[in-house]
Amino acid sequence: MSDFVYLDNAASTRLDERVLEAMRPYFFETYAVATSQFGYSPGVEAKDALESARSDLASALGARAEEVVFTSGGTESSNMALKGVAMALGEKKGKHIITTRIEDFPVLNSARALERMGFRVTYLNVDETGRIDLQALEQAISADTILISVQSANQEIGTLQDIAAVARLGHERGVLVHTDAAHSFPRVPLNVAETPVDLVTMTAHLVHGPKGVGALYIREGTPLAKWMDGGFQEFNLRAGEENIPGAIGFARAIQLVTVEETQRIQAMRDRLITRALQIPHSRLNGHPVFRLPHNANISFRFVEGESILLHLDMRGFAISTGSACFSRSLEASHVILGIGGDHERAHGSVRFTFGRFNQERDVDAIADAVAEVIASLREISPLGKEAN
Amino acid sequence: MPLPYTEKVMEHFRHPKNVGRIDEPDAKAMEGSPACGDMVAVYLKVNPDSKVIDDIKFESYGCASNIATGSIITELAKGKTIDEAKGITWKEAADALGGLPAIKAHCSVLAVDGLRAAIQNYEERHGLVTEQEPTTVEVVIKRLKHVMNPVTGLDVIRTKLVKQVEVDEGKVRLVIDLPPNHQFAPNIREEIQEKIGHLWDVKQVVIEFTD
Repeated sequence: MSDFVYLDNAASTRLDERVLEAMRPYFFETYAVATSQFGYSPGVEAKDALESARSDLASALGARAEEVVFTSGGTESSNMALKGVAMALGEKKGKHIITTRIEDFPVLNSARALERMGFRVTYLNVDETGRIDLQALEQAISADTILISVQSANQEIGTLQDIAAVARLGHERGVLVHTDAAHSFPRVPLNVAETPVDLVTMTAHLVHGPKGVGALYIREGTPLAKWMDGGFQEFNLRAGEENIPGAIGFARAIQLVTVEETQRIQAMRDRLITRALQIPHSRLNGHPVFRLPHNANISFRFVEGESILLHLDMRGFAISTGSACFSRSLEASHVILGIGGDHERAHGSVRFTFGRFNQERDVDAIADAVAEVIASLREISPLGKEAN
Repeated sequence: MPLPYTEKVMEHFRHPKNVGRIDEPDAKAMEGSPACGDMVAVYLKVNPDSKVIDDIKFESYGCASNIATGSIITELAKGKTIDEAKGITWKEAADALGGLPAIKAHCSVLAVDGLRAAIQNYEERHGLVTEQEPTTVEVVIKRLKHVMNPVTGLDVIRTKLVKQVEVDEGKVRLVIDLPPNHQFAPNIREEIQEKIGHLWDVKQVVIEFTD
């Protein structure tokens, strides 16, 4: 994969060697689990390492260490947030949850699962840029609303929500607020000391950290039922031996993200958008300004996404698409449909997501390749001939 | 390259055979898949005496299996009589490609449907339909199931876009539940004309839009 240009960093990222170095001792030397801290010294070392990772992660978020629980990744964190609040408050306070139509599957399908268990869920519409309407959110809140879950950034089109405003609104109305920040943290900073969210989903593998580790921020005092039963790990909120190398790696990965790097990535992304939009019959999906710095999502008319992907794969580039043909469910992207796009716009939508290991020269290379591939697929398409 | 496609599929995807249009074709058809959103156009040149398919071309707005199946199906049909070509099945096409992933069945079956529809179009245009079925409301609805509603990717019948169908002495009248200035109104009008306009006993197709 050495010459391969990987532009699917919203799917996963390459591990940074420095992260691996930080993790290595916890596989071969300090491999004891933190639970053994009262039995022998390697257990104490393991516990110290875990707690130091926890406080590093917490400080990056403006939180206190006791408010951060390590999980197996973003999916578990969001499940824990939605189902944990539902189990804690469903009988006591109410059974209404508010989320958005374009959430990523961990939140969306947790909400659907709760619906099957008798909860009522409001799925907020978004505008054509992917943003929710705060007034609609306010109107959706009722006496039995227990949780608002609005993503920080969209997984496909990169649109950022005004989480500070959502959180303030939730607090004014006494409703807990969860945000899935798996795609944004820490490239788009989030400080829970300033933004009054109660629960935050985070993951390591989208910022050059290891796969299989994530975290959930839980503001002190937030009612949350334990649903992973077993031992007493993670403040008795999440059973199972902690993934100590993973936690160390996650904390290290967060430290390595810098503003300068994000600016470099954004410059590459901006250049790609400019180049891609020079291709006729193309449009940017998502918000022109409020979007993830590393995300570009473009729809090309008259061509299909999976075909674009396979042609680019042959030329050594990896990207993603919202086409129904590409998804295992054969459903077009719910995000593109959610922003008012039709099936056709999803059919020809492709996502480019940049990361640390992309090079400036890759941008023109992929832009050239995309232009060629779109032209050749349009050549064989029955559509758009008159329009050319 | 460990993609879920055979070498044969990738070869036909990379270098599809018989791609493009035929000027003044003897028959043509456009098939679209509601679930997948793919579309295939098939064009035929048929020898009027022998009924052999002399030339066949296709266009695809689709994924790899759709393009590859379009390519293989045109290869299989070329040189066959229309009766022989009618009998080509999806299974034969898939076998010729060394197999297709099950999940891709309906993207690829579209190309086979496209070929059959083009042959049917030829037979209708050239008076080869032995038992001429009178055009009834049911026939119209059946044909409209092949017209896509671009808003949803499902056909216009399933999405209840067609509010009313009347057939009276060769005049077909349809009411479509879209404003006449809707961005897809001209597309839908054109597609409906193509599916119904040429039927042997249809003299006029009137398409009305709601306000």
